[in-house]
Amino acid sequence: MSDVAVLGVGMHPWGKWGDSFVKYGVAAARAALADADVPWTDVDLVVGGETVRNGYGGYVAGSTFASALGWNGARIATSYAACATGAQALDVARAKILAGQSEVALVVGADTTPKGFLAPNAGERWDDPDWLRFRLLGMTNPAYFALYARRRIDLYGATPEDFARVKVKNARHGLSNPNARYRKEVAVADVLGSPVVADPLHLLDICATSDGGAAVLLTSVDYARRRGLTDPVRVRAISTVTPTFPQTVIDMPLFSTDHAGVVPAGERTFKESLAHAAYEEAGLAPEDVDVAEVYDLSTALELDWMEDLGLCDRGTAEELLRAGETTIGGRIPVNPSGGLACFGEAVPAQALAQVCELTWQLRGQATGRQVEGARVGITANQGLFGHGSSVILSR
Amino acid sequence: MATPAIDGWFTTGEQPSLLGTRCVTCGCVYFPKQDDYCRNPGCDGSEFVEHALSRTGTVWSYTDAQYQPPPPYQPPPGDYRSFGLAAVELPEGITVLGQLADGYGVDDVHVGSPVELVVETLYVDDEGPRTIWRWKPTDLDGGTR
Ligand SMILES: [Zn+2]
Repeated sequence: MSDVAVLGVGMHPWGKWGDSFVKYGVAAARAALADADVPWTDVDLVVGGETVRNGYGGYVAGSTFASALGWNGARIATSYAACATGAQALDVARAKILAGQSEVALVVGADTTPKGFLAPNAGERWDDPDWLRFRLLGMTNPAYFALYARRRIDLYGATPEDFARVKVKNARHGLSNPNARYRKEVAVADVLGSPVVADPLHLLDICATSDGGAAVLLTSVDYARRRGLTDPVRVRAISTVTPTFPQTVIDMPLFSTDHAGVVPAGERTFKESLAHAAYEEAGLAPEDVDVAEVYDLSTALELDWMEDLGLCDRGTAEELLRAGETTIGGRIPVNPSGGLACFGEAVPAQALAQVCELTWQLRGQATGRQVEGARVGITANQGLFGHGSSVILSR
Repeated sequence: MATPAIDGWFTTGEQPSLLGTRCVTCGCVYFPKQDDYCRNPGCDGSEFVEHALSRTGTVWSYTDAQYQPPPPYQPPPGDYRSFGLAAVELPEGITVLGQLADGYGVDDVHVGSPVELVVETLYVDDEGPRTIWRWKPTDLDGGTR
């Protein structure tokens, strides 16, 4: 028995609120506790997702959230794994539960983010690739996303209209999501009419940065049963594997790939291996998946993820998109929450937000955006420095 | 007198090239330079020699920067002009980023286009022009579109 139960989930709406990340985290945590109907005093482990832009309190997020909720003597931990921070925090909580060292674990991530491009911290840092890529190349995050998008055009015949259709779909999905920041229909013409940031990506192809908070209450299956829950949503897999050397896809914020001239490249890319490890751990296959929440930092990346997750063959994601198969009601709905297109990215909260959405989907509680009959859901994301995650939940 | 924007990353003569290192033990090549440890999981080598990378390669992908990047990017003098960027696969099996050479943009390349390394001015500071490596398309009419 290697499952743990998702007893409660909660979020603070995404936006540009200008408040402290602690406020969002506490709101999300209280929502998750209320959702589970579990008192705070029952929580014996708090795992915080670290935020790197909010000073010491952000570095010790586990402590910050536990203190704000009122010290209750719980153990604490803090995780940082770039965009996969929330999933790594979840993995820590799961490990403690499966080891019998925790019964009720609260995992919280929240962030307050600046406007515009995510730029490196100030000061001259000539040995930091994240600083040097701006200094020597002017290489922003959207420029990396654009490299991947351009390959879809040149290799698979994708068009900027296809990328725009991802935005149109996700905007429609997120229309009635109370936690989404952007809740407005978008037309293909709106995307194509917005300024080009990094060819072929327009401003509306690229996700914003947002404030937000998300929390997940994980418990042992035993604890859930004692509370009368015999069929809770379960965590079936949390994959946070690293790449394998040599990594042959250029990765933010690096200047080059690894050298593939001595050790041959493996059969899977990093993103493919994240999903592969999740399927192996869950004992499930892509055909079993009913719904996916993937990291659409750009519209085109959603199409890459569909293939990385094995939901369709390489180079065919556009066909599914155009046929409406990734829209709610289609064969394999992708990003029913509205995705990053409707949320914007709140780094340490985002992987947890994906888990919150899948939990609501699998319980049949995703009002206005429900994927009917969903039993298995998968998440995927990738961040800086070899971090990434894929989480599988099921009923 | 033009000087490189960063020391030791590339040569500046007629036929400039990027300077990486090669692990003496296993032969893996690194750019930027790696001198302390080899990242090949099957190698514990710690001795490295300087290694000049191939001057030519093919475009893996490309884009441009239509908005001025934030600091520490240093804009060249005058009004902001967008510039191209490319990831280039070198024959030895490593892909390296660079800007496209002055005057070239996304319409001048496609995935697979041949390019060669050139050195051009990136920005100007108190010491004069600061140079950087760039990728220059060499087959403008041979594209597939
Ligand atoms: Zn070596």
